[in-house]
Amino acid sequence: MIPRELRYTEDHEWVRLEGDEARVGITHHAQQQLGDIVFVELPPRGKKVQRGERLATVESVKAVGEVFAPLSGEVVATNDALVGSPDLVNKDPYGQGWLCTLRVTAPGEADALLDAAGYEAFVQRSG
Amino acid sequence: MNPYLPHTAEDVRAMLDAMGIPDVEALFSDIPAAVRERYRPVGLPPRDELAVQRRLIGLAEDSTGRRLIPFLGGGLYDHYIPPVVGHVLSRSELSTAYTPYQAELSQGTLTWMFEYQTMICELTGMEVANASMYDGATALAEAVLMAHRTTGGKVVLVPRSLLPHLRAVLATYAWGAGLSLHEVPYGEDGRLALGRVPDGTCALVVSQPNGFGILEDLTGLKDCLGRAFLIAYANPIPLAVVEPPGSFGADVVVGEGQPLGNPVSFGGPLLGFLATRMAYLRRMPGRVSGRTQDREGKAGYVMTFQTREQHIRREGATSNICTNSALCALAATVYLAALGPAGLRRVALLAYERAHALADRIAALPGYGMEFSGPFFHEFAVRCVDPHGAVAKLRRAGIAVLPPSFLHPLGIEDGLLVAVTEKRTEEELDRFVAALEG
Amino acid sequence: MSTIYDHGAPGRRAVALPELGQAEEELLARFPPSLRRREGPRLPEVSQPELVRHYTALSRMNYGVDTGFYPLGSCTMKHNPKLHEDLARHPGFTELHPLLPAEECQGALALLWEMGECLKGIAGMPGITLQPAAGAHGELTGMLLLKRWLEDRGELGVRTKILLPDSAHGTNPASAAMAGFSVVSLPSDRRGMVDLAALEGALGPDVAGIMLTVPNTLGIFEEDILTITQLVHEAGGLCYFDGANLNAYLGRARPGDMGADVFHINLHKTFSTPHGGGGPGAGPVTVSEALLPYLPVPDIVREDGKYRLVWDRPKSIGRVHPYFGNTLVIAKALAYILTLGDEGLREASAGAVLAANYLKAKLKGTYRVPYDRLAKHEFVLSGEGLGDGVRTLDIAKRLMDYGFHPPTVYFPLIVKEALMIEPTETEPREVLDAFAEAMLRIAAEARDHPELLRDAPHTTPVRRLDEARAVREPWLRLGGGCVG
Repeated sequence: MIPRELRYTEDHEWVRLEGDEARVGITHHAQQQLGDIVFVELPPRGKKVQRGERLATVESVKAVGEVFAPLSGEVVATNDALVGSPDLVNKDPYGQGWLCTLRVTAPGEADALLDAAGYEAFVQRSG
Repeated sequence: MNPYLPHTAEDVRAMLDAMGIPDVEALFSDIPAAVRERYRPVGLPPRDELAVQRRLIGLAEDSTGRRLIPFLGGGLYDHYIPPVVGHVLSRSELSTAYTPYQAELSQGTLTWMFEYQTMICELTGMEVANASMYDGATALAEAVLMAHRTTGGKVVLVPRSLLPHLRAVLATYAWGAGLSLHEVPYGEDGRLALGRVPDGTCALVVSQPNGFGILEDLTGLKDCLGRAFLIAYANPIPLAVVEPPGSFGADVVVGEGQPLGNPVSFGGPLLGFLATRMAYLRRMPGRVSGRTQDREGKAGYVMTFQTREQHIRREGATSNICTNSALCALAATVYLAALGPAGLRRVALLAYERAHALADRIAALPGYGMEFSGPFFHEFAVRCVDPHGAVAKLRRAGIAVLPPSFLHPLGIEDGLLVAVTEKRTEEELDRFVAALEG
Repeated sequence: MSTIYDHGAPGRRAVALPELGQAEEELLARFPPSLRRREGPRLPEVSQPELVRHYTALSRMNYGVDTGFYPLGSCTMKHNPKLHEDLARHPGFTELHPLLPAEECQGALALLWEMGECLKGIAGMPGITLQPAAGAHGELTGMLLLKRWLEDRGELGVRTKILLPDSAHGTNPASAAMAGFSVVSLPSDRRGMVDLAALEGALGPDVAGIMLTVPNTLGIFEEDILTITQLVHEAGGLCYFDGANLNAYLGRARPGDMGADVFHINLHKTFSTPHGGGGPGAGPVTVSEALLPYLPVPDIVREDGKYRLVWDRPKSIGRVHPYFGNTLVIAKALAYILTLGDEGLREASAGAVLAANYLKAKLKGTYRVPYDRLAKHEFVLSGEGLGDGVRTLDIAKRLMDYGFHPPTVYFPLIVKEALMIEPTETEPREVLDAFAEAMLRIAAEARDHPELLRDAPHTTPVRRLDEARAVREPWLRLGGGCVG
C-alpha cells in the first residue's frame, strides 16, 4: 500500500510531483491510524505555506490529524469533494482522497523527501 | 470510622494477604517520608449522621433572608418549580451517572440532552445548542472567546446596562485572553445606544432584557457589526412571548437557565445555555449529543463532535470545559416539558402582568417614579428619593429587594431594582405598596 | 428511542398554573410589535403521567453509581451518601438569593467559610476560593492567578510557557491556553514519572510554571515530587497541582507540603457529591502564600462570629463565578467531610488504594501492566495482545454485558490501548472479585471467541453506535436534523 512513484514524509504525507506542482495527501498508514475520517479542513486557495507549516486537518471521531506542508509553496487547488465525502481519504488515500495541490517555490526541498522504500522502512521502525 | 467503607477487618486482611503486603501503611511507602512527616490533620472529629444533620440544618436556618418575601432578581429569579422536576431528578440512574462517555449505558442522559438542545434552540431561535455550561456568566464569556477566535478581533462591546456580576466574570476571562471591553451607553429609555463600532471589534453583547429589566430592540444591530458577532444574553422565560435573538441575526445566544426549573441556590449550581449557528458548530464549546444508529439500525444517541473538546484537542480545544451543569439542564428539560408552550407563556405573562401592576402602583406613590421609559418585562428600576429608607421599610414588612448599591455600577444612584414572578401574590403586592406608603 | 416530543397531544400539560388577570391577547398587545414573538417555541405538550413515565424510562436506560460498579479512572465514582442530598435540598440553601446583604445570609456564608477552612487544612495551604464550578474551571482560575502573579512581578510576556507531563488530563493544556500560555509537553520516564533530566532541560526564564497531577494519571505517585517542585521554584516558576486524584492520599499528605502553589479540588470526585450525568460539580482552589493577593473577590471573612464579604483586594483577578460558587454541591461535600473527620478521610484513601492494588494484583497476570509499580487509587492496564484484532474498546463494551460500567479507555495517551481502573473505597470485596472475574473471563473470550467482544455489547438498550455517522450527518436537535 505504498505506491512506488510517490514521495513521503515522516509525518505520513505523500507527494506526487508533476512539474512545479505537487499534489499532497495522507498515506494509507495514516488514514488507518486515524480510523473513520469524518471531517477534513482544507487550506484556502492562494495560501502560501512554508515546509513543515500546518496545511490541513483530518479528523476522525476521536482523533485529530494535522497535515503539514511537505514542501514550501502556494495552494493552487483543493479537493473540494472531501467536504461532502471526507471518507474518500479512507477509501482511496492516494487517489480520490488527495487533499490539495501546491505550486512548489523551493524545488530543492523535494530532495529531503523519502522514497517509497525509505517510507516503508520508517513505518516498520516506528511500529 | 468511615461509614461508607464496606471493608471489614477480615476483608482487609484477605486483600493484603492476596497481594503479599504486610499492612495498609505499606501501600503508601511511595509517598516520600518527608511529605508524610509534614502531614497535620485538620482537627475534625468524626460525627454521626444525626449530628451532621443538625449542623447543616442549623446553617440552613441561620440565614434570616430565607424568611423574606423575595422581590429579588438581578439575574436569578424565584419561579415556581413543579415538584415533578425534583422527582425526575431524584432518579439516581440519572443523577449518579458520570458524563456519558459510554453511550450504550447512557441512553437516558444522551436522550434528554438531545431534548434539551432542541428546546434551547426553539426558545432562542438558533440552530444548535450545547448540553450546558456552568452558568450564564461563563457562557457569555465563552461566547465572547468564540467570537474572538472566529473573527480575530480583540475589542468587545459591552452595554453599560449589563448586570454587574456578568461583566465582572467577562472581564476576568477577557483579561486572560488579551481582549478589551468597551462600554456602550444606554439612552433615556434605558435601552442600548450603540454608536460607532470600533475597528477590531469581535462582538457586541446585548442583554435581553437588560440589567434594568428593559427589553431591547435588536432590530438592525447585526447590520452595524460587519464580521463581528452579535451575542445575545437572554432570560429564557420572556422568550416565550418575545421574538428570539435568532430572528435578529444573533450569532450566539447565551443565558442563565436557572429560571427554568432550578432554584436560586445561593448562586449555585446554575445553568449556562449556549446556542449558535450550524456554521459555528466546530467553534462551539461544550458537549453535544447527536442522534445516530446502532449496528442493527436502531436509533440512539452519542456525544458527538468531540474533536472540539479538551480530551482530544487539548490546548487547541474550543474550551477547557469538561464537567458542566448536566443535572440543572435536566431540570430545565423536565420543566419545559411539564409546562409546554402554553404553560411557559402563562408563566411569562403572569410575571409580566404582576410586575406591571406593581410598577404602576409604586410609580403612583409620592416620591417614587420609574427610572426609564422603555418597555420592561418582569423587573424594573424604580427611582426614589431615599432608596435606603425604602429598603428598610420593606424589610420591616418582611420583604426583600436588592440593595440600592446593586445599581451603582450601572450608573444609577437613586434607584431600586424590583423583580416580580408568578409566585408573588396579590397580597404580597399589597404588602409591598403598603410598606412604601408607611 | 423515543423523545419527550414523541408523547402527548396538543393542549396537554403537566402543571396547573394560576390564571391571568387579563386575557392573553390583551397582555400580548401591550408589547411593542417588534418584540412580540411571531411563532411560539415548539415545546412538548404532555400530561403528567406521560412526563413521569418517559423520564422513568430514560432513567432505566442509564447506569449510575447507584446501579452498579463504576470503575471509571480519574473520576472517583464513589458512593454518594443520601443524607447529603436531603440536606442540600433544604430551602434555607435552595431558596436563598445570593444578592441579599451578607447579614441576611449568615448561615450560607458560615457554610462556605467552614468549607474553606476544612479544605485549606486538607490541602495544607493558606488561601482558598470556592468560586470555581468544576475542576477545569479551577484550573483556569489557577492559570489566571499565575498570570496575575507574573503581571505583578513584571514578568508577563516573559514567562509564557507552562510545562505539562505527557500523561496530563486534556483540561490542563486547554486551561493553560485559555489564560494565554503556551504549553510544553514533558516526557515520562520508564517509571511512568516525570523525567527529571527533561524537566531540567525545559526549565528556563521563559517558564511560568508546571501543572502536575499527583498521583499522576497512571496512578503512580511522583516519588521525586519534592525535587520537581524545588527545581521549578528555583527556576522562578510556580507549581500547579491538579487535584483530580486527591482520593489517593487524603488524610496522609498535603499538596502544600509538596511545594504546590495552586491546587484544585474536585468535590464531585473526592468528596462524594454525585456527578449528575456530567455536572454540576465544584472545583475550589487553594493557594500558597505567594498567590494570596490575587484570589478572586469577594473573600468571605469571619469576625466576632459574624461573616462578611471583603471586596477590597486591589490585586485580585476579579470574579470567576457570578456569585459564590456551587453552594449546594459545597453543602454536600461539607456534610461528607464532617461525617468522616480526619480519621475517616484517612480511611477513605486507605480503602481506595487497597482496592486498586488488590484489583491490579488479580488482573496483572492476564493483562499487561505497562508501569508496574505500587498503585495509588487507580492503575492502568493495556488491552493489547489479548486476541485476534481485539481492542480495548471491545473489552469495555463486553464489560457492559457482565453488568459493569467500563473503566476509562484510551487514556492516558502514553499507554497504548489503555484501560484506567479506579475502584474507589466504597465497593465491597465481593464486587471487586466479581469485576476481576469478569475481566479474566473476557480475556479468555478474547482468545477463544473474539467475536463476542467485537460484537459487544449484546444486552444494552442499544448496540454499538455509529459515531462516524453522527458527525458526517449531524442530527443535533429535532426539527433541524438531516432526516427531518
